[in-house]
Amino acid sequence: MGCGTSSSTKDRKSEKALKAALVIQNWYRGYSARLKARQRYALTIFQSIEYADEQGQLQLSNFFSFMLENYTQIHEKDPELVARLFGRTLQDSKDRQEYVSFVDVPDSYNGPRLQFPLTFTDIDLLVEAFKQQQILHAHYVLEVLFETKRVLKQMPNFTQVKTSPTKEITICGDLHGKLDDLFLIFYKNGLPSGSNSYIFNGDFVDRGKHSMEILMILFVSFLVYPNDLHLNRGNHEDFMMNLRYGFTKEILHKYKLHGKKILQILEDVYTWLPIGTIIDNEILVIHGGISESTDLNLLHRIERHKMKSVLMPPISIDEDQDTDLKKTKTGANVVPREGKTNESPSEQLPKHEWEQVIDILWSDPRGKRGCYPNTSRGGGCYFGPDITSKILNKFQLKMLIRSHECKPEGYEICHDGKVVTVFSASNYYEEGSNRGAYIKLCCDMTPRFFQYQVTRATCLRPLYQRVNTMESSAIRILKERMLSRKTDLIRAFQLQDRSKSGKLSMGQWAFSMENTLGLNLPWRSLSPHLVTTDKNGNINYMSTFQDIHIQKPVKEAQSTLIETLYRYRSDLQIIFNVIDSDHSGLISMEEFRAMWKLFNSHYSIHIEDFQVDELAERMDLNKDGSIDFNEFLKAFYVVHKLEKLNKSDANLL
Amino acid sequence: MADDKEREELVVAEYHRKIKEAFEVFDHEANNTVDVREIGTIIRSLGCCPSEGELHDLIAEVEEEEPTGYIRYEKFLPVMTEVLLERRYRPIPEDTLLRAFEVLDSSKRGFLTREELIKYMTEEGEPFSQEEMEEMLSAAVDPESNSIHYKDYIAMMVVDES
Repeated sequence: MGCGTSSSTKDRKSEKALKAALVIQNWYRGYSARLKARQRYALTIFQSIEYADEQGQLQLSNFFSFMLENYTQIHEKDPELVARLFGRTLQDSKDRQEYVSFVDVPDSYNGPRLQFPLTFTDIDLLVEAFKQQQILHAHYVLEVLFETKRVLKQMPNFTQVKTSPTKEITICGDLHGKLDDLFLIFYKNGLPSGSNSYIFNGDFVDRGKHSMEILMILFVSFLVYPNDLHLNRGNHEDFMMNLRYGFTKEILHKYKLHGKKILQILEDVYTWLPIGTIIDNEILVIHGGISESTDLNLLHRIERHKMKSVLMPPISIDEDQDTDLKKTKTGANVVPREGKTNESPSEQLPKHEWEQVIDILWSDPRGKRGCYPNTSRGGGCYFGPDITSKILNKFQLKMLIRSHECKPEGYEICHDGKVVTVFSASNYYEEGSNRGAYIKLCCDMTPRFFQYQVTRATCLRPLYQRVNTMESSAIRILKERMLSRKTDLIRAFQLQDRSKSGKLSMGQWAFSMENTLGLNLPWRSLSPHLVTTDKNGNINYMSTFQDIHIQKPVKEAQSTLIETLYRYRSDLQIIFNVIDSDHSGLISMEEFRAMWKLFNSHYSIHIEDFQVDELAERMDLNKDGSIDFNEFLKAFYVVHKLEKLNKSDANLL
Repeated sequence: MADDKEREELVVAEYHRKIKEAFEVFDHEANNTVDVREIGTIIRSLGCCPSEGELHDLIAEVEEEEPTGYIRYEKFLPVMTEVLLERRYRPIPEDTLLRAFEVLDSSKRGFLTREELIKYMTEEGEPFSQEEMEEMLSAAVDPESNSIHYKDYIAMMVVDES
């Protein structure tokens, strides 16, 4: 009897414990799932904005063409500028002498000293030095760049690589200046050597803070092991992209004396990077992707070094070549191009070849069949599984390995196993946003994937804290984006708000946001972070802007003007940098005005010229008739009322 | 009556858009399918709290006849809409959660030791995987006492969610 009672009490007790456990588990799983969803939303925000930014590049490229066709003053006064825009090649030996030998390494320099010809000791030396946060002297940087160019010139457009049972190859994706990830890869997988081959599939630079260090390690390793360290060009190995995405700034900051020289040579070196690698005649490794018209046979033959930049599409010169003919026909004056007989048309790729390269560097795979223009990025295309099969079959290939897109797990397989994306920059958007990965391949064996995530002490935080960080970061940049389109957004809201109540339904608000910003985001789920809602579930749409505003550099400046300048500040920065051929940071007031006029008309912006003039003058940036454009642009930054300022400055510029 | 019907249609339309948004975020290849392993996350992100068993049944409803590992949006939408309309799988209220912890804390100390929590979560009910257990511990365990002060823990999680 005693046993009976105690066992039934035990039963009741264990039943209660079971129920309690179920409750806790149920609650936890729900909570954990919502955390992961929030993480995914944050990532979607980062990615959409990143691609929308890249789309801005296309507008910019159209602008340059427009500018060249219409801005005759630049042509006449600054042949240097035209040369840059049309592309020019440095003569080798003469320039090398001139650039390198005039850069001395002082005795006081205690950074790494490279010994030419380079050996594996130099690789070690660099890795150790960079771990100590040292900077490689410009003299060595220039030497490495010249030497790399010389060796790259001998490489074909596609490097052919063979694996064997005793020799695997490791493939890494985008690094984007994240040196810690490279160190982690070398730590886990060993330094490159004759028995440890690597392919680095583009985008070594931009965004991260150590693009130069990564580039130096990769180039030095390449020079020591040219047959075992393979480099493919990515869309960021492009001097125009570097202007926008941070590498140019990094160089000018780390190399105040010789940065400009480095930039000039770098432009050239990029163009000599191979387009891709082919492993065992069956695996194609390229940075972006393919299109339905991808022709590998053609790509093998093109003169790849003529592909200067994605922002420099070949201008159709054919009409202009027959200058006399045209003059006779129309009697009008053609833009004079005689000034640069050794540059111009022959230095560009024919349009169809240029497009082939853009597809390789910019395309993304998608589930939808067919081939469509890549509207998110503004370059390359989206290619479906049918395109993959078609192209792989056409060129007797089995698999495509590419990078270019950040993936939460560092890699992703799609198109029935025929396309693999590998991305090697962990925590790319934010601490905890994603893992990095690399692939090890050998003969016919299935590829093996290795994942990692760089962690610092603070990173070993619980998931909910990491998600919070990521989420705040994403919401912040989304809000800045919204702010840069404030006028358009308000107009869209008011159009739908017939009764002028200041409120919209969730559906109406979401529609306006998506349409105006052009970002395909889960607006309903994000709304609690962005706006306030009343008790009926309707949105107070002006609350969108309540805790954020653009700091006015001058009190009297008009809000629309400020908003416009803020919105286009990245584009303006690039344009200024291109016009400023000697990288002095200054352009003449005249050039500024002329350029602004063109910008105004091309982008259909309704800002009076005199307003911009006035602003520039008020800001007192005139230094002997020149504008310090960095100062000009720095003045437009966003104030987040609820946060401290320092972080926002650093992130914006 | 017509008004009620209209109102219901509006509600359904809003649910549809909400479900679509949540689905799209996990639809990596933009082809209206998601990996079946992410369905649980999607359903829970929409505010529902099915148990593992209930989730299993839901998946069976939306899967293809010959399971492909992927769930199509066309099958998911009607099932999920019903779930939202019927307000199934409501989340656990805070005080129920607190009482559950108190049940496990039979000696009413106000905390559970690490070992106790592990034992209950991995042996009872619908056991946690090792990953789930580690994840929960990383946030719940107070590093100084190496125990879980569940009242504080719950309060922290509730704040985080709102």
